[in-house]
Amino acid sequence: MKIIVAIKQVPERDAQVRIDAAGKWIEESGLQYALNESDAYALEEALQLKEKHGGEVVVLTAGPERVGPTIREALAKGADRAIHIDCADLGSRDALGVAKLLAAAVKPENPDLVLTGLQSDDLGQGQTGVILAELLGLPHSSLILHVEKTDSGLTVKRELEEGWFRTIELPLPAVLTIQSGGNKLRYATLMGIKRAKTKEVRTVTAAELAVDSAPVAVLERVALPQKQKSTQILPGNPKEAAAALVEKLKFEARVL
Amino acid sequence: MSAIWVVMEERDGRASRISFEAVAAGQKLAALTGLVVNAVVIGAQTEALAAEVAAKALAKVVRLEHALLAAYTADGFTLALQQFIEAEKPDYVIFPHTYQVRDYAPKLAARLGQVLIGDVTGFAEGPIFVRQLMQGRLNGSYRHSGNGPCFVSVQAGALRADEAQAGAAAISAFTPTIEPVQIRTKPSERFRGAAQTVDLGSAQMIVGVGRGIKDPANIPIAQELATALGAELGASRPICDNGWLPMERQIGSSGQTISPKLYLAVGISGAIQHLVGIKGSQCVVAINKDPDAPIFEVADYGIVGDLMEVVPALTEAVKAAKQ
Repeated sequence: MKIIVAIKQVPERDAQVRIDAAGKWIEESGLQYALNESDAYALEEALQLKEKHGGEVVVLTAGPERVGPTIREALAKGADRAIHIDCADLGSRDALGVAKLLAAAVKPENPDLVLTGLQSDDLGQGQTGVILAELLGLPHSSLILHVEKTDSGLTVKRELEEGWFRTIELPLPAVLTIQSGGNKLRYATLMGIKRAKTKEVRTVTAAELAVDSAPVAVLERVALPQKQKSTQILPGNPKEAAAALVEKLKFEARVL
Repeated sequence: MSAIWVVMEERDGRASRISFEAVAAGQKLAALTGLVVNAVVIGAQTEALAAEVAAKALAKVVRLEHALLAAYTADGFTLALQQFIEAEKPDYVIFPHTYQVRDYAPKLAARLGQVLIGDVTGFAEGPIFVRQLMQGRLNGSYRHSGNGPCFVSVQAGALRADEAQAGAAAISAFTPTIEPVQIRTKPSERFRGAAQTVDLGSAQMIVGVGRGIKDPANIPIAQELATALGAELGASRPICDNGWLPMERQIGSSGQTISPKLYLAVGISGAIQHLVGIKGSQCVVAINKDPDAPIFEVADYGIVGDLMEVVPALTEAVKAAKQ
């Protein structure tokens, strides 16, 4: 099975984010980046499918030069090769614009399966995989926790709200967006890290893929959220703060 | 015809509560734009559903009905709504932001050359649609550009279902053309995972544990606080993903929705999916080392500090207060 995993590099979870001078996005200088969490699970699913059924795992990502280490991390974990869509204006493209880039790179590869995380930790739109399926003309399912290959295609376990699930059968080729938590993530081994250095990373530019970039959904401004409640922060050392909190819960909120 | 259309979602034979929140959003958008609001119900048998929805202040309710729409599939719903939208030419199409909508609305929008502005929490003049970025740390203001319908999905709890005004709408039908071969996926009936032995939904006090706990060996610190309070122990998704606590203790959109008197979030930053699940809490307390964590935006009380020190101190203080 030939599997393409679309991954994204996002600011590290605990990174301190500041709004940039134009108020349109975050200040990127000095930020630490990491592999998007649910994309890590998509990669893990791809590697496990390859281990069971053979084939090839190709990672695909769009972004500027800084995505290099994220690509190497995926290769070190076991992906066979990578395609990097070199694109400095990812942030000004909307979900359809990004999916068009990815689709243009996926098409000539003719994969059996395309996996991606269910959503990115930065924009959180959760749309790329679903749109990608539409652009490739492939069936899809989203929020997938478990994938099993069958004679006729795939049987997948889809997460629903409030602890419910559904099993879905679909033919190959197909696109799945993977929910986090379905598998245990692997670490890259020293051997894997060594091998990654010799693996193929093919770079194509966004211009070469010739897709239009004018967004339909335009992000005009970013701002700090307005507080929904006025939070009383209790000062002091842990003991003082804890005592003050118990007082508040007992006599002000009356919940103790 | 110029209009706002709200796409209703069925749950157990009725329109789901979040669908009525989407109706309230449609009515709010109508006030901003001067457009009329209609709704569409989808399924194989939609008579009762349409009658229920028609009791709201809507101009029209349309039954988008076909035998192949009995079970949800992305292919079926996309085809049906595509045909309906091409015939109606709406200005806005509003959805409740559910797992089902996430599965097909981006596809439907893309097919029509559009992009869903998803998980919207607010509207403003323009119209401008506000949605959360960076796990709730920032708000982004989005505008729809170009021609064609604007697709928007509304976050659960962003508006109240009872804000949807009552009225009497005219009901009509629209029959899409769908061939069985066009539906490529085959869904089963839905099922529950492991038996839900922990009912966090009715718990009066809950201590929630998040990534800040760092190591499964530290869970007992939170458990001791929960025991002192007489509270249930819950967790954010990553804790359950890692197997540090069982899935049945997960709080949030994919786990349990809670409405306790007291919710104490320990080392939880407050991702959107978690905050959606705790909206019904009467009093929220957050303990976190990061003063900018989104959990503090919804907390009544907060302690900024190392939970390894704060939580044991709080356990002692609770024990002392109960003596």
